[in-house]
Amino acid sequence: MKFSIRLTISHHYDQPAANSRHLIRVVPRTIPERQHLITHALDLSPAPDARSEMVDFFGNRVAICTLMEPHSEMIIRLACQVEMTQPGVWQDQSPNVADLCRAWETGTDLGADSPFHFLGPTQRLTPDKAIADFARDHFIPADSVAANVLRIGQALHDMMTFDATATTVDTDASEAFRLRRGVCQDLSHVMILGLQALDIPAGYVSGYLRTLPPEGGVKLEGVDAMHAWVRAWCGPEQGWVEYDPTNATRVGTDHIVVGYGRDYSDVSPVRGHLRSSGGQRNSQAVDVAILP
Amino acid sequence: MCARSLQTPDQAYLDLLDGYRTRVAGGAAHRDEMLAPDGTVKPVWVPFITHLGSLTAADLSQRFARGDQYLRDAGVLYRQYDESLSSEREWPLSHIPVILGEAEWQEISAGLVERADLLEYVLRDFYGDNELVRTGQLPATLLGQNPAWLRPIVGLGKTGANLLNSLSFELGRGPDGKWWVISDLIEAPSTAGFAIENRIAMRRVFPNHFNNANIHRLAGFFKDFQQTLMDQKGRIDGEIALLSPGPMNQNYPEHAYMARYLGLLLVEGEDLIVQDGKAMVRTVAGPKPISLLWNRLPSAMVDPLELDPGSMLGAAGLVQALRDETLKTVNMVGAGVLETRALMAFLPKIARARLGRGLAMSNIATWWCGQKTQRDHVIANAHRMMVGNAFSTTSLIADPTTISLGSDADGAAAARLADMLRVSGRNLVGQEAVTLSTTPVWEDGALVARPMCLRISLGRTQDGWAVMPGGYARISAGDDAKALAMQRGGKVADVWVTSPDPVQTPSLLSQGTRPASRSSTRGILPSRAADNLFWVGRYVERAEQNMRLSRAYYARIADGADHADALPAHMRAALMENVLPEPQVIAQRFATPLGLGLQAASRISDRLSPDGMMALRSLVQQNNALDHRAIAADDRPAQISSLLRQITGFAGLVHENMYRTDGWRFLSLGISLERAAHMCTVLAVCTTGAAPAGALDLALEIGDSVNAHRARFQVWANAATVMDLLALDPQNPRSVRYHVTRAREHIAHLPHQGSGHVLSEVARLVLMAETRLATRLPDDLTADFLGQLRQDIQDLSTALNDHHLV
Repeated sequence: MKFSIRLTISHHYDQPAANSRHLIRVVPRTIPERQHLITHALDLSPAPDARSEMVDFFGNRVAICTLMEPHSEMIIRLACQVEMTQPGVWQDQSPNVADLCRAWETGTDLGADSPFHFLGPTQRLTPDKAIADFARDHFIPADSVAANVLRIGQALHDMMTFDATATTVDTDASEAFRLRRGVCQDLSHVMILGLQALDIPAGYVSGYLRTLPPEGGVKLEGVDAMHAWVRAWCGPEQGWVEYDPTNATRVGTDHIVVGYGRDYSDVSPVRGHLRSSGGQRNSQAVDVAILP
Repeated sequence: MCARSLQTPDQAYLDLLDGYRTRVAGGAAHRDEMLAPDGTVKPVWVPFITHLGSLTAADLSQRFARGDQYLRDAGVLYRQYDESLSSEREWPLSHIPVILGEAEWQEISAGLVERADLLEYVLRDFYGDNELVRTGQLPATLLGQNPAWLRPIVGLGKTGANLLNSLSFELGRGPDGKWWVISDLIEAPSTAGFAIENRIAMRRVFPNHFNNANIHRLAGFFKDFQQTLMDQKGRIDGEIALLSPGPMNQNYPEHAYMARYLGLLLVEGEDLIVQDGKAMVRTVAGPKPISLLWNRLPSAMVDPLELDPGSMLGAAGLVQALRDETLKTVNMVGAGVLETRALMAFLPKIARARLGRGLAMSNIATWWCGQKTQRDHVIANAHRMMVGNAFSTTSLIADPTTISLGSDADGAAAARLADMLRVSGRNLVGQEAVTLSTTPVWEDGALVARPMCLRISLGRTQDGWAVMPGGYARISAGDDAKALAMQRGGKVADVWVTSPDPVQTPSLLSQGTRPASRSSTRGILPSRAADNLFWVGRYVERAEQNMRLSRAYYARIADGADHADALPAHMRAALMENVLPEPQVIAQRFATPLGLGLQAASRISDRLSPDGMMALRSLVQQNNALDHRAIAADDRPAQISSLLRQITGFAGLVHENMYRTDGWRFLSLGISLERAAHMCTVLAVCTTGAAPAGALDLALEIGDSVNAHRARFQVWANAATVMDLLALDPQNPRSVRYHVTRAREHIAHLPHQGSGHVLSEVARLVLMAETRLATRLPDDLTADFLGQLRQDIQDLSTALNDHHLV
């Protein structure tokens, strides 16, 4: 299945900004046997003074752009095509959590997908007692890790209301959980903290979601902007399992991965630093269409 | 010398020791630095103690005061930060040194060098191949969950260059006489600068003793380190700079001192930008490349874009410059991971695997509670453990949250601790609660034994690690020999390493290393520094003007005028911002700019002479000490005159002592623009027909030109003569013209003043102002004209700011 993805991110500055430097993480990854980036074009306006690319610690593609001269807006445009492969039939091969802990405790790998990076805390995600209690309430020790992950994700989805006005990009997970409201970023952060409280390695995934559902399906939440979901490490055999708590679903071909990280800060689409004395307004538009 | 002293012990010497011996003997099982276990004075201490015994109590207090005076004059203060409040108190120098013999010193040095090499190896692995984790020598979680392990730096350890170039260690001596490392101080170790200051102060306290006591000098170490920085910079084009968190940091005085001592550019994050892949410092002459940063920020603060996004201290893009190898740092950004407490539990084993033997200088025994055997050991020995967060980079003895049960803890507390260790052992570390050795300090006329630990610095040279022959010791305030008690504060002492033979006397200045590189640094003026210098000039001048106004005001009151009389009322309304005639309120008009001037000056103290800083600081202190309400009205003019003499002293220092750099020009520009603008106002207010009687004399008095007027005109003052002297006269250093012309000359010497015959905006503005003024006749100088000129000067100041300072 092929997708055509278009993304526009606009930053408008009340006072002209200068000396700006941005890290941009918006281009889908290529993941063997799952997702293949066919072609992409990433443009900036105004044209940057300098532009380079790198791959970060977690293997995400990053564009680094600098704009020295004063400018009152910056627009990032991405157009790309991605081919997704249908995953095999879901099989749960994960151990229970006690065995899972023994599995990672003896690990000696520090590569990008190593569970050791995803045990927390991060600067942004610090343990929260209410979230930990919630996770424990839905935890069944005898069940497999994957079953627990899905159960906790579903419970979280049922408990929290999708609400684009309740939180901002800077809201912390504890606050969103207290409000029982938020967007994909908040739900993902809360789920990560819940799983980590049970010693289940969990990370943050940013990406795109198919805009229109297959015939007869329901339109999903979070299609008009970049989306976020969670991945949990379910042992050496099962590996990483991705789950979208905003839509209470396991991740299949409708979720296109851009970045893997520990929290939003690791994969935020645009991370910037600039000199400006005024405020800033941002907007984002995404369109993900199926190609024939 | 030793032998002779021992043969003739006088009574004072014996008294000194007897009292001390009793006190040491009364303590618990620990070592003393001065006394051997059998109670005799260690040979290396004998010459000093003999010297001390030969001095009378009066002698001593005079000498101690001399040392303290030096530290005060040099601005060495102990700063404490409490939330947003900062307080300064006297530098707590113990006037008694800690003395170590050369042989023992060499043993310590060899051990620390070996340890430094091991740390380099470990760091290279952490940011390189991760073999230590892969081969099971270090649990993966100690990096994976470690906030000090900076992922954007991973891979940069694979370079061929050295990652560590400057280290300090904190050591303590255990009851068995052996030295242990209490903490590895990798990131921004603040030791070296304080050690020099302590040493200079101690030379004032015991000048004659220093001449023949064979005490190793410290300067050679810094000379080597300066060379290290040059070598590290290598062939990369650009300056060497010391990156400081700025004046709000408690170690800022040391940063400023080291930058000046080593001839480095002192910069803060806001001075730096990364442009075309290169780190640059923003200067009054545009961006200039930086090739090497001696980084004194916590690593995570270096780059808000790729590291801690909340950092206000670093500069965006520095990590990219490191990746592109256009910039180097000392030490490597990310090196702070070596300070992780839990690492101490594994270093001994890593050393054995690498060296085939244990480290000569090992750290305090440490156990990581994420492994069952280690955790069980900590639980079983909880009464002699300190327990704290495994991932913290603060040493356990310096952390107020450290748990230390002690031997008399009840069972419930031990059970709670054991429970905590079982539940979250992965995040906890246990460390032996060590006991420190004691060393003598002088208290109430006697030597008293106090626990201490040593801080020692290492710098990498072409020939490997060099160890500073001396250092500084931290001394506990109480007599609790538990290392943990150190955090209650106390004193610092100079550490002397003495030799049986005469020692060499190197100097940093003598055979100056690569003078070309050093003098080029002097020519670079960061925009932020220029801005501060400019404002030092403006604020100090503003304070002086307001002092002159206040003095003139009170001179009239002292002569019998009433506050409501025409001239005093006119002064307050037109020249003193409508102040109430309250002494405190009027004094505030110069106290405020003085305080702001000192603030601006302390932000760039590396660029002002120590004498200049001292003059400014003592001026502020003297003014703060005055209670203006308590001064009789008659005495006020005299009091203000005394302040004025000091403030003109500062201005004199600026003009007589400051090297003629761009920095001096910005300071001088600040003074000139402020004075010219102020004089415009005074003249406009005092020479109009509406001004009350006596206003012309007032203008002359404020302009310090009463005598000059008498000499030149031999008539009573009229508006034209006052204008001639205070507005137009190019020879009068109080006139508007004099300062506008001086500003024009300064501006002509600044970088980038137009190309060829095309003037820059700033140069144009100042020339137009000067010309308009110079071509006027005294009678044409109306209040409107002066008002416009004042506005022109303000516009000039703004243009200067836009062109050079932003």
